[in-house]
Amino acid sequence: MTATVDWDEVDVGDALPAQEFRVQRFDLVRYAGASGDFNVIHWNERVATLVGLPNVIAHGMYTMAIAGRVVTDWLGDPAAMVEYGVRFTRPVVVPDDDIGAVVVVTATVADKLADRRVRIDLTATSTDQKVLGQARAVAQLA
Amino acid sequence: MALNVERIGHTYPAPASYQVGREKIREFADAIGDQDPAYRDAEHARSLGHPDVVAPPTFPVVITRASQIAAFSDPDLGVDFARLVHGEQRFVHARPIVAGDELSCTATIEGIRSVAGNDIMTMRNDITDTAGRPVVTAWATLVIRGSTETSS
Repeated sequence: MTATVDWDEVDVGDALPAQEFRVQRFDLVRYAGASGDFNVIHWNERVATLVGLPNVIAHGMYTMAIAGRVVTDWLGDPAAMVEYGVRFTRPVVVPDDDIGAVVVVTATVADKLADRRVRIDLTATSTDQKVLGQARAVAQLA
Repeated sequence: MALNVERIGHTYPAPASYQVGREKIREFADAIGDQDPAYRDAEHARSLGHPDVVAPPTFPVVITRASQIAAFSDPDLGVDFARLVHGEQRFVHARPIVAGDELSCTATIEGIRSVAGNDIMTMRNDITDTAGRPVVTAWATLVIRGSTETSS
Protein backbone atom coordinates (compact mmCIF):
# COMPACT_ATOMS: atom_id res chain seq x y z
CA MET A 1 0.00 0.00 0.00
CA THR A 2 1.56 3.24 -1.13
CA ALA A 3 -0.22 6.50 -0.62
CA THR A 4 1.24 9.25 -2.78
CA VAL A 5 1.20 11.65 0.17
CA ASP A 6 4.44 11.90 2.16
CA TRP A 7 4.01 11.90 5.96
CA ASP A 8 6.95 14.31 6.34
CA GLU A 9 5.25 16.92 4.16
CA VAL A 10 1.93 16.92 6.02
CA ASP A 11 1.13 19.22 8.94
CA VAL A 12 -1.66 19.15 11.49
CA GLY A 13 -4.32 21.57 10.27
CA ASP A 14 -3.74 20.89 6.57
CA ALA A 15 -7.05 20.88 4.72
CA LEU A 16 -7.76 18.21 2.14
CA PRO A 17 -9.57 19.38 -1.04
CA ALA A 18 -13.27 19.66 -0.07
CA GLN A 19 -15.92 18.09 -2.30
CA GLU A 20 -19.60 18.52 -2.93
CA PHE A 21 -21.74 15.51 -3.79
CA ARG A 22 -25.17 15.56 -5.32
CA VAL A 23 -27.40 12.68 -4.19
CA GLN A 24 -30.49 11.78 -6.20
CA ARG A 25 -33.05 8.99 -5.95
CA PHE A 26 -31.28 7.15 -8.75
CA ASP A 27 -28.10 7.01 -6.64
CA LEU A 28 -29.99 5.46 -3.72
CA VAL A 29 -31.61 2.81 -5.90
CA ARG A 30 -28.22 1.93 -7.38
CA TYR A 31 -26.61 1.81 -3.92
CA ALA A 32 -29.45 -0.39 -2.64
CA GLY A 33 -28.74 -2.86 -5.44
CA ALA A 34 -24.97 -2.87 -4.97
CA SER A 35 -25.00 -3.06 -1.17
CA GLY A 36 -28.02 -5.33 -0.75
CA ASP A 37 -29.71 -2.85 1.62
CA PHE A 38 -33.24 -2.58 0.20
CA ASN A 39 -34.81 -0.90 3.25
CA VAL A 40 -37.85 0.88 1.73
CA ILE A 41 -37.16 4.18 3.55
CA HIS A 42 -34.32 4.67 1.03
CA TRP A 43 -36.54 4.62 -2.06
CA ASN A 44 -40.24 4.68 -1.15
CA GLU A 45 -41.58 8.12 -0.19
CA ARG A 46 -44.96 6.74 0.90
CA VAL A 47 -43.40 4.43 3.49
CA ALA A 48 -40.72 6.95 4.52
CA THR A 49 -43.30 9.60 5.41
CA LEU A 50 -45.54 6.98 7.03
CA VAL A 51 -42.78 6.18 9.58
CA GLY A 52 -42.31 9.87 10.32
CA LEU A 53 -39.44 10.86 8.04
CA PRO A 54 -39.66 14.11 6.05
CA ASN A 55 -38.99 12.19 2.81
CA VAL A 56 -36.85 9.37 1.44
CA ILE A 57 -33.43 9.39 3.17
CA ALA A 58 -30.03 8.21 1.95
CA HIS A 59 -28.47 5.05 3.37
CA GLY A 60 -26.12 6.10 6.17
CA MET A 61 -23.53 3.82 4.60
CA TYR A 62 -23.91 5.65 1.29
CA THR A 63 -23.22 8.99 2.96
CA MET A 64 -20.25 7.43 4.76
CA ALA A 65 -18.92 6.07 1.45
CA ILE A 66 -19.11 9.33 -0.50
CA ALA A 67 -17.61 11.32 2.39
CA GLY A 68 -14.67 8.90 2.50
CA ARG A 69 -13.83 9.80 -1.09
CA VAL A 70 -12.44 13.13 0.10
CA VAL A 71 -9.78 11.12 1.93
CA THR A 72 -9.16 8.34 -0.61
CA ASP A 73 -8.94 10.80 -3.55
CA TRP A 74 -6.24 12.69 -1.64
CA LEU A 75 -4.32 9.55 -0.68
CA GLY A 76 -3.86 8.23 -4.22
CA ASP A 77 -4.29 4.67 -2.93
CA PRO A 78 -7.75 4.14 -1.39
CA ALA A 79 -6.46 1.15 0.59
CA ALA A 80 -4.24 3.52 2.57
CA MET A 81 -7.34 4.59 4.54
CA VAL A 82 -6.92 1.88 7.17
CA GLU A 83 -9.54 3.06 9.67
CA TYR A 84 -12.78 4.93 9.13
CA GLY A 85 -15.60 5.62 11.55
CA VAL A 86 -18.64 7.90 11.67
CA ARG A 87 -21.69 8.67 13.73
CA PHE A 88 -24.93 9.17 11.79
CA THR A 89 -26.28 12.34 13.37
CA ARG A 90 -29.00 13.37 10.90
CA PRO A 91 -30.47 11.75 7.82
CA VAL A 92 -29.69 13.09 4.34
CA VAL A 93 -33.14 13.84 2.97
CA VAL A 94 -33.41 13.19 -0.77
CA PRO A 95 -36.42 14.82 -2.45
CA ASP A 96 -37.72 13.47 -5.76
CA ASP A 97 -36.67 16.43 -7.92
CA ASP A 98 -33.91 17.20 -10.42
CA ILE A 99 -31.54 18.43 -7.72
CA GLY A 100 -31.84 15.89 -4.89
CA ALA A 101 -29.65 16.49 -1.84
CA VAL A 102 -26.25 18.15 -1.75
CA VAL A 103 -23.67 16.85 0.72
CA VAL A 104 -20.62 19.04 1.38
CA VAL A 105 -17.58 17.24 2.81
CA THR A 106 -14.44 18.76 4.28
CA ALA A 107 -11.47 17.03 5.88
CA THR A 108 -8.47 18.17 7.89
CA VAL A 109 -5.31 16.50 9.14
CA ALA A 110 -6.00 16.34 12.89
CA ASP A 111 -2.99 14.45 14.22
CA LYS A 112 0.27 12.92 13.10
CA LEU A 113 0.55 9.39 14.47
CA ALA A 114 3.32 6.81 14.77
CA ASP A 115 4.31 4.59 11.82
CA ARG A 116 3.77 7.41 9.30
CA ARG A 117 0.05 7.48 9.88
CA VAL A 118 -2.25 10.49 10.25
CA ARG A 119 -5.69 11.01 11.72
CA ILE A 120 -8.06 12.93 9.50
CA ASP A 121 -11.25 14.54 10.81
CA LEU A 122 -14.14 14.96 8.37
CA THR A 123 -17.28 17.06 8.34
CA ALA A 124 -20.33 16.36 6.19
CA THR A 125 -23.30 18.72 5.94
CA SER A 126 -26.52 18.78 3.95
CA THR A 127 -28.73 21.89 3.93
CA ASP A 128 -26.32 23.34 6.54
CA GLN A 129 -27.04 20.49 8.98
CA LYS A 130 -24.34 18.14 10.18
CA VAL A 131 -25.16 14.66 8.82
CA LEU A 132 -22.05 12.88 10.17
CA GLY A 133 -20.53 13.31 13.62
CA GLN A 134 -17.15 12.21 14.97
CA ALA A 135 -16.15 11.28 11.42
CA ARG A 136 -12.54 10.18 11.60
CA ALA A 137 -10.16 8.28 9.41
CA VAL A 138 -6.65 6.96 9.92
CA ALA A 139 -4.45 6.84 6.85
CA GLN A 140 -1.10 5.22 6.15
CA LEU A 141 1.08 7.75 4.35
CA ALA A 142 4.29 7.22 2.41
CA MET B 1 -35.75 -3.14 27.20
CA ALA B 2 -36.89 -5.11 24.16
CA LEU B 3 -33.50 -6.72 23.51
CA ASN B 4 -32.27 -9.70 25.49
CA VAL B 5 -29.14 -8.72 27.45
CA GLU B 6 -28.34 -12.40 27.93
CA ARG B 7 -27.37 -12.40 24.24
CA ILE B 8 -24.34 -10.16 24.98
CA GLY B 9 -21.29 -12.13 23.85
CA HIS B 10 -23.31 -14.36 21.53
CA THR B 11 -21.80 -14.93 18.08
CA TYR B 12 -23.50 -15.30 14.69
CA PRO B 13 -21.31 -16.74 11.95
CA ALA B 14 -22.29 -16.12 8.32
CA PRO B 15 -23.62 -19.41 6.92
CA ALA B 16 -21.15 -19.39 4.02
CA SER B 17 -17.88 -17.70 3.06
CA TYR B 18 -17.87 -14.67 0.75
CA GLN B 19 -15.99 -14.77 -2.55
CA VAL B 20 -14.79 -11.27 -3.49
CA GLY B 21 -15.04 -10.68 -7.23
CA ARG B 22 -13.73 -7.93 -9.50
CA GLU B 23 -17.17 -7.21 -10.93
CA LYS B 24 -18.78 -6.85 -7.49
CA ILE B 25 -16.06 -4.38 -6.50
CA ARG B 26 -16.64 -2.43 -9.72
CA GLU B 27 -20.42 -2.46 -9.16
CA PHE B 28 -19.99 -1.16 -5.61
CA ALA B 29 -17.51 1.53 -6.73
CA ASP B 30 -19.99 2.61 -9.45
CA ALA B 31 -22.75 2.79 -6.84
CA ILE B 32 -20.73 5.22 -4.69
CA GLY B 33 -19.78 7.17 -7.83
CA ASP B 34 -16.07 6.52 -7.33
CA GLN B 35 -13.96 6.25 -10.49
CA ASP B 36 -10.69 5.40 -8.65
CA PRO B 37 -8.73 3.03 -10.94
CA ALA B 38 -7.56 0.96 -7.93
CA TYR B 39 -11.12 -0.50 -7.88
CA ARG B 40 -11.21 -1.26 -11.62
CA ASP B 41 -7.79 -1.77 -13.14
CA ALA B 42 -5.74 -4.72 -11.84
CA GLU B 43 -2.54 -3.35 -13.42
CA HIS B 44 -2.99 -0.04 -11.62
CA ALA B 45 -3.73 -1.85 -8.35
CA ARG B 46 -0.55 -3.92 -8.78
CA SER B 47 1.45 -0.73 -9.35
CA LEU B 48 0.28 0.32 -5.86
CA GLY B 49 1.49 -3.00 -4.42
CA HIS B 50 -1.81 -4.91 -4.31
CA PRO B 51 -2.27 -8.41 -5.75
CA ASP B 52 -5.49 -7.40 -7.59
CA VAL B 53 -8.11 -4.62 -7.57
CA VAL B 54 -8.92 -3.43 -4.03
CA ALA B 55 -12.36 -2.93 -2.53
CA PRO B 56 -13.52 0.51 -1.34
CA PRO B 57 -13.08 1.12 2.42
CA THR B 58 -16.80 0.68 3.16
CA PHE B 59 -17.19 -2.45 0.98
CA PRO B 60 -17.09 -4.70 4.09
CA VAL B 61 -20.74 -3.71 4.61
CA VAL B 62 -21.54 -6.15 1.78
CA ILE B 63 -19.65 -8.95 3.53
CA THR B 64 -21.08 -8.34 7.02
CA ARG B 65 -24.63 -8.57 5.68
CA ALA B 66 -25.10 -12.33 6.14
CA SER B 67 -23.90 -12.43 9.76
CA GLN B 68 -25.96 -9.33 10.60
CA ILE B 69 -29.08 -10.92 9.13
CA ALA B 70 -28.35 -14.03 11.20
CA ALA B 71 -28.35 -11.85 14.34
CA PHE B 72 -31.43 -9.84 13.33
CA SER B 73 -33.40 -13.03 12.72
CA ASP B 74 -32.55 -14.55 16.12
CA PRO B 75 -35.88 -14.53 18.02
CA ASP B 76 -33.97 -14.78 21.33
CA LEU B 77 -32.16 -11.49 20.60
CA GLY B 78 -35.39 -9.71 19.71
CA VAL B 79 -34.44 -7.04 17.15
CA ASP B 80 -37.49 -5.22 15.79
CA PHE B 81 -36.16 -4.53 12.29
CA ALA B 82 -38.80 -1.86 11.57
CA ARG B 83 -37.46 0.22 14.50
CA LEU B 84 -33.79 -0.24 13.65
CA VAL B 85 -31.65 2.84 12.97
CA HIS B 86 -27.94 2.85 12.14
CA GLY B 87 -26.20 4.96 14.81
CA GLU B 88 -22.48 4.53 14.23
CA GLN B 89 -20.17 2.55 11.98
CA ARG B 90 -16.43 1.97 12.12
CA PHE B 91 -14.03 -0.14 10.05
CA VAL B 92 -10.48 -1.13 10.90
CA HIS B 93 -8.63 -2.76 8.02
CA ALA B 94 -5.80 -5.13 8.93
CA ARG B 95 -5.16 -5.34 5.20
CA PRO B 96 -7.10 -4.30 2.08
CA ILE B 97 -9.82 -6.57 0.70
CA VAL B 98 -8.83 -7.59 -2.84
CA ALA B 99 -10.54 -9.45 -5.65
CA GLY B 100 -10.01 -13.18 -5.23
CA ASP B 101 -10.32 -13.11 -1.44
CA GLU B 102 -12.44 -15.76 0.21
CA LEU B 103 -13.63 -14.31 3.50
CA SER B 104 -15.54 -15.49 6.54
CA CYS B 105 -17.51 -13.22 8.82
CA THR B 106 -18.83 -13.62 12.35
CA ALA B 107 -20.96 -11.11 14.24
CA THR B 108 -20.63 -10.74 18.01
CA ILE B 109 -23.04 -8.84 20.23
CA GLU B 110 -20.69 -6.64 22.27
CA GLY B 111 -23.20 -4.66 24.25
CA ILE B 112 -26.86 -3.87 24.81
CA ARG B 113 -28.02 -0.90 26.84
CA SER B 114 -31.12 1.19 27.20
CA VAL B 115 -30.98 4.97 26.82
CA ALA B 116 -34.05 7.24 26.97
CA GLY B 117 -36.43 4.47 25.94
CA ASN B 118 -34.27 3.26 23.05
CA ASP B 119 -32.19 0.09 23.00
CA ILE B 120 -28.64 0.54 21.80
CA MET B 121 -26.77 -2.51 20.57
CA THR B 122 -23.11 -2.67 19.67
CA MET B 123 -22.16 -5.39 17.22
CA ARG B 124 -18.69 -6.37 16.08
CA ASN B 125 -18.14 -8.18 12.79
CA ASP B 126 -14.85 -10.01 12.35
CA ILE B 127 -13.92 -10.63 8.73
CA THR B 128 -11.13 -13.17 8.33
CA ASP B 129 -9.41 -15.03 5.50
CA THR B 130 -9.52 -18.80 5.01
CA ALA B 131 -6.58 -19.23 7.40
CA GLY B 132 -8.43 -17.27 10.10
CA ARG B 133 -6.21 -14.20 9.83
CA PRO B 134 -7.99 -10.87 10.49
CA VAL B 135 -8.81 -8.75 7.42
CA VAL B 136 -11.36 -6.20 8.63
CA THR B 137 -13.10 -5.55 11.94
CA ALA B 138 -16.36 -3.64 11.62
CA TRP B 139 -18.25 -2.14 14.56
CA ALA B 140 -21.87 -1.07 14.19
CA THR B 141 -23.95 0.74 16.78
CA LEU B 142 -27.62 0.08 16.14
CA VAL B 143 -30.45 1.95 17.78
CA ILE B 144 -33.78 0.18 18.21
CA ARG B 145 -36.24 2.98 18.79
CA GLY B 146 -38.66 2.32 21.63
CA SER B 147 -42.34 2.67 20.96
CA THR B 148 -44.15 5.35 22.98
CA GLU B 149 -46.14 2.63 24.76
CA THR B 150 -43.11 0.72 26.05
CA SER B 151 -40.63 3.50 26.72
CA SER B 152 -40.29 4.56 30.30
